Amino acid sequence: MSNIKQALQDRILVLDGAMGTMLQAYKFTETDFRGNRFKDYPTSLQGNNDLLSITQPQAIKEIHAKYFEAGADIVETNTFSGTTIAMADYQMENLVYELNYQSAKIAKEVADLFTAKEPHKPRFVAGSIGPTNRTASMSPDVNDPGYRAVTFDELRLAYKQQVEALIDGGVDILLVETVFDTLNAKAALFAIEEVKDDRNLDIPIMLSGTITDASGRTLSGQTAEAFLISVSHIPLLSIGFNCALGANLLQPHLEAIANKTDFAISAHPNAGLPNAFGTYDESPEDMGEQIEEYFKKNLINIIGGCCGTSPQHIKVIAKIASKYKPRRVTEIVE
Amino acid sequence: MKVKQTKYMRLSGLEPLILNENSNFINVGERTNVAGSRKFLRLIKEEKFDEALDIARHQVDGGAQIIDINMDDGLIDGKEAMVRFLNLIAAEPDICRVPIMIDSSKWEIIEAGLQVVQGKCVVNSISLKEGEEKFIWEAKQIKRYGAAVIVMAFDEVGQADNYERRIEIAKRSYDILVNKVGFPSEDIIFDLNIFPVATGMDEHKRNAIDFIEATRWVRQNLENVSVSGGVSNVSFSFRGNDGVREAMHSVFLYHAIQVGMNIGIVNPALLEVYDDIPKDLLEHVEDVILDRRDDATERLLDFAETVKGSKVEKGLDLSWRQNSLQDRITHALVKGIDAFIIEDVEQARLEAEKPIEVIEGHLMIGMNVVGDLFGAGKMFLPQVVKSARVMKKAVGYLNPFIEAEKGDFQEPVGKILMATVKGDVHDIGKNIVSVVLACNNYEIIDLGVMVPPERIIQTAIDERVDAIGLSGLITPSLDEMVYLAKEMQRQNFEVPLLIGGATTSKAHTAVKIDTQYQNAVVHVNDASRAVTVVGDLLNKKTSHEYTSKLKADYEDFRTKFLKRGKEKSYISINEARKRKYKIDWNTSKILKPKELGIQVLKQLSLKELEPFIDWSPFFRSWDLHGKYPEILTDDVVGEQATQLFDDAKEMMKQIISKQSLKPQGVFGLFEANAVFEDDISVQKKGEEIAVFRTLRQQLSKRDGIPNIALSDFIAPKQTGKTDYIGAFCTAIFGAQELATLYKEKDDDYNAIMVQAIADRFAEAFAEYLHKQVRTKHWGYDAKENLTNEDLIKESYKGIRPAPGYPACPDHLEKETIWELLDVEKNIGVTLTESLAMWPAAAVSGYYFGNPEAKYFGLGKITDDQVTDYAVRKCITKEKARKWLHPNLAEE
Repeated sequence: MSNIKQALQDRILVLDGAMGTMLQAYKFTETDFRGNRFKDYPTSLQGNNDLLSITQPQAIKEIHAKYFEAGADIVETNTFSGTTIAMADYQMENLVYELNYQSAKIAKEVADLFTAKEPHKPRFVAGSIGPTNRTASMSPDVNDPGYRAVTFDELRLAYKQQVEALIDGGVDILLVETVFDTLNAKAALFAIEEVKDDRNLDIPIMLSGTITDASGRTLSGQTAEAFLISVSHIPLLSIGFNCALGANLLQPHLEAIANKTDFAISAHPNAGLPNAFGTYDESPEDMGEQIEEYFKKNLINIIGGCCGTSPQHIKVIAKIASKYKPRRVTEIVE
Repeated sequence: MKVKQTKYMRLSGLEPLILNENSNFINVGERTNVAGSRKFLRLIKEEKFDEALDIARHQVDGGAQIIDINMDDGLIDGKEAMVRFLNLIAAEPDICRVPIMIDSSKWEIIEAGLQVVQGKCVVNSISLKEGEEKFIWEAKQIKRYGAAVIVMAFDEVGQADNYERRIEIAKRSYDILVNKVGFPSEDIIFDLNIFPVATGMDEHKRNAIDFIEATRWVRQNLENVSVSGGVSNVSFSFRGNDGVREAMHSVFLYHAIQVGMNIGIVNPALLEVYDDIPKDLLEHVEDVILDRRDDATERLLDFAETVKGSKVEKGLDLSWRQNSLQDRITHALVKGIDAFIIEDVEQARLEAEKPIEVIEGHLMIGMNVVGDLFGAGKMFLPQVVKSARVMKKAVGYLNPFIEAEKGDFQEPVGKILMATVKGDVHDIGKNIVSVVLACNNYEIIDLGVMVPPERIIQTAIDERVDAIGLSGLITPSLDEMVYLAKEMQRQNFEVPLLIGGATTSKAHTAVKIDTQYQNAVVHVNDASRAVTVVGDLLNKKTSHEYTSKLKADYEDFRTKFLKRGKEKSYISINEARKRKYKIDWNTSKILKPKELGIQVLKQLSLKELEPFIDWSPFFRSWDLHGKYPEILTDDVVGEQATQLFDDAKEMMKQIISKQSLKPQGVFGLFEANAVFEDDISVQKKGEEIAVFRTLRQQLSKRDGIPNIALSDFIAPKQTGKTDYIGAFCTAIFGAQELATLYKEKDDDYNAIMVQAIADRFAEAFAEYLHKQVRTKHWGYDAKENLTNEDLIKESYKGIRPAPGYPACPDHLEKETIWELLDVEKNIGVTLTESLAMWPAAAVSGYYFGNPEAKYFGLGKITDDQVTDYAVRKCITKEKARKWLHPNLAEE
């Protein structure tokens, strides 16, 4: 584990890009999603990307390999929705352990191949832990703002299950990402701490929030700094932001936290904002140029891409990142 | 006083609260405490949570930086009340912007509270009262939930009531927390017990001064901690005399803060400004607090009789109530204040002709401001939801009046189906829109996520909904929406279709969805706008007009969007000719070539061409992208590029030594004049021997930007001046044969390599020849001394455009060059049926020597030029269209 902490001292680490965008290119049909094993499954399974780790593992491996080839140090497992809460939509709660375990395992296999090939550049796997599709601090019911569709304990248990499976599958890092409700993230962190205690192990945690709208707040209304404060009770490997915004729009929020924490800072922005047809068309070069600004401002330790980014983006970003030194924590300014 | 501090406590609600050396005393609101406020207790008991929230809001508005919430009362279910109240607070951004203090003596209530607050809270409190084990366990849990903690000066023996006990317990608690639990020292707050003074009992005399002295010790000895306390306790014996109490609080705080008390639970309404305390009262109070005289209590009691009442309670800023009615309603909506909305709406109702006008007028004007602020990022979602709630209250009040009016206006309430489409599980945006619409008295039928189209259709029919709202976040959802629109059309639906979600856009809606459905389709991407849009769509009076306007707007938007990129306009060829590139032929220097006529180059060595090679395209032909020579050291492709480059160099060495590739070239320099605007007449001793037909840009441009044709760079006949033009063809022979040899040996790598190298040589030859022409044969730039890099950057004077390329895309012109230079006979390069050159490694083109000549792209041309061109070239229009096809602007 000290491996990654050492690497973090030496250079800017590169995280992979989008999984969903890459999967879209395969144009998998309902049949492909089902594979043989789920061909008679009662619900529609198309769109359940996490399931592809079981039904189309080759595609997932290919994508991991492409990102490693492009220069990524860390790839994320295909487990963004791998909780009983998110999987309830597909009636696949019972599959959660297997989904996470398999996803971690295949990502680790690919990572090990690359590490063996290039021992000077060890590759890591981060277990992706998404926000689920419920919010613990907001009500979906107008007539009852005090109502909650999910409780802390429900989230904690669901996350715990995911975390255990990811660790069993061999991930090097846990990445709690796309946090739009800080309370959900706190439940995830709580669960991780419990697992660490139960198993008497230490595993680095990355945490990445999402600033959703023009006011510069998370969906649950916190400012970037309030978000940072709310999750700083757990020793994190890194904290940062991902998704929702392109690199340039994300920069002020990174600046808002970069000098207020001694955790490493991460960012995996989208390839710009989606165009009118829901796709992202910011070129690798354009995105690279914006990200270079982060490096110039000494903001970043871990950089990657979210929606709309491809291995080409990561390749360009990795190349630029190699020219810069990672952010050094100098002094925390209050 | 110097306190021991290297780290600072950081708390958060929606916004951060940092207690650093520059921050003032942190004031904790205490009114939301059932033990401290009888009114709050009553409201909680009666479940009047709205009013209970008003108390919390009042505290924050009044300056509380943290709010303490306590539900410890025998008659209420404390855990349930805590969770319920904290959940409600989470929906009030103007309250939950500050951090929460969860106050209970029961661990289960504390934990329940910690589980529902997203920010970093303060737990109030834990202590050693029930022993170390429980203390440690709770501290660990609190640490894991991410909260700061108040530690009471209380242990197994009892509550600390003197100086020594206070520091003893504080020290012990600190050591356990920091050393055994690993609790961050900056997150520890000591409550050193504020007890009443002036009780008449001797043992209470030092209560205040001992607290103050213990505070000093703690701040000087226990690094990074804070000290807090419930200030009102100190004046307990003067209940009923707020004047004295206010002074006592102020005096107590004044001294305690000086020694490091930095947090306090204080009712800001019960606080006098220290400097404003009358001198005599101040003296009496200080005697008591600081225990300065034995008879201090008696003296204060006597004096208290003369102190009457309290000053007016400090309240909210209500100055906005002085504004006009509309401003007040807008203010209430923007700020989410519902206290006066009924009063204001009632006034508006009385002024309006019909009650509905208040909704459509005053309230909508306010909601539009909310929408604008939200769009500009000046409000955020929870606030918008609050605004919607005020709106709901107002509408709720107006409804009975509207009902009573009954008549020519319709029910404002409609039924709306909301769904996230099949294959998509994202529903937060949809939920928010639902919330806002429901706040405005629409009935929402929410089908949830991943809803198959059949179910949406069926439910819409069964429930007779008035509108359907679809949401989606991922790209494939867009197609689902299109499909649903088609289905609605097929089944003759008439209700409006609302589209929203992160990937949706007005453009997609207009182009792909609106066209599928004859009735209203509207893209509503933010919750605050949804209300107005749905209102207009469902109101029978406005619906028809609004829908037609909407349809027209989308039609217009669509047309513009589709034309985007194509929306360039063109001018006629005659107009374009008037806007030709103008060279001042009176001053333009025309140099006669030193050698007119045709020359053939056959004895050239490849060695001479080598320095003119531009290597970047070579790598491109192998799909390696990057500029030479940087590409050789590129992190990603550098290794491959270097390998390839080495191989190429090696092969070139062989080719050069064996002379297995043969460069052959021909060029000619001639007299020339532009004629009929766009033609170039090529002459020999005044006699026309060929005519080049050039094409002119027709894109409509800004004033001053010309529409160029190549002929603009040659002096027109009517100037009377003789100008000159050149033409050339360079080729590399032998590549095909060599490649075939390699292919026969199954060596595709070298076969491709040969061709790639031959291509580079052909280009290098063209570059070499152009230089020879500029400096020698034509000689207009005899002093030119450019490096290869400059050549690649085309820094030289004059151009050598090639037919088939952007400035002159018509390949047919090659035929003219072939005739003029007799290319086939002179060097053996032929033109295929499709006018490609053979051998393939060949370049042909014109030479323009005028210093103003420059490369440009023709762009699209219109039919009139095609007709004109066909006539000039004596070919059929079909043939012209065929060869110019890529450049035809769509009609």
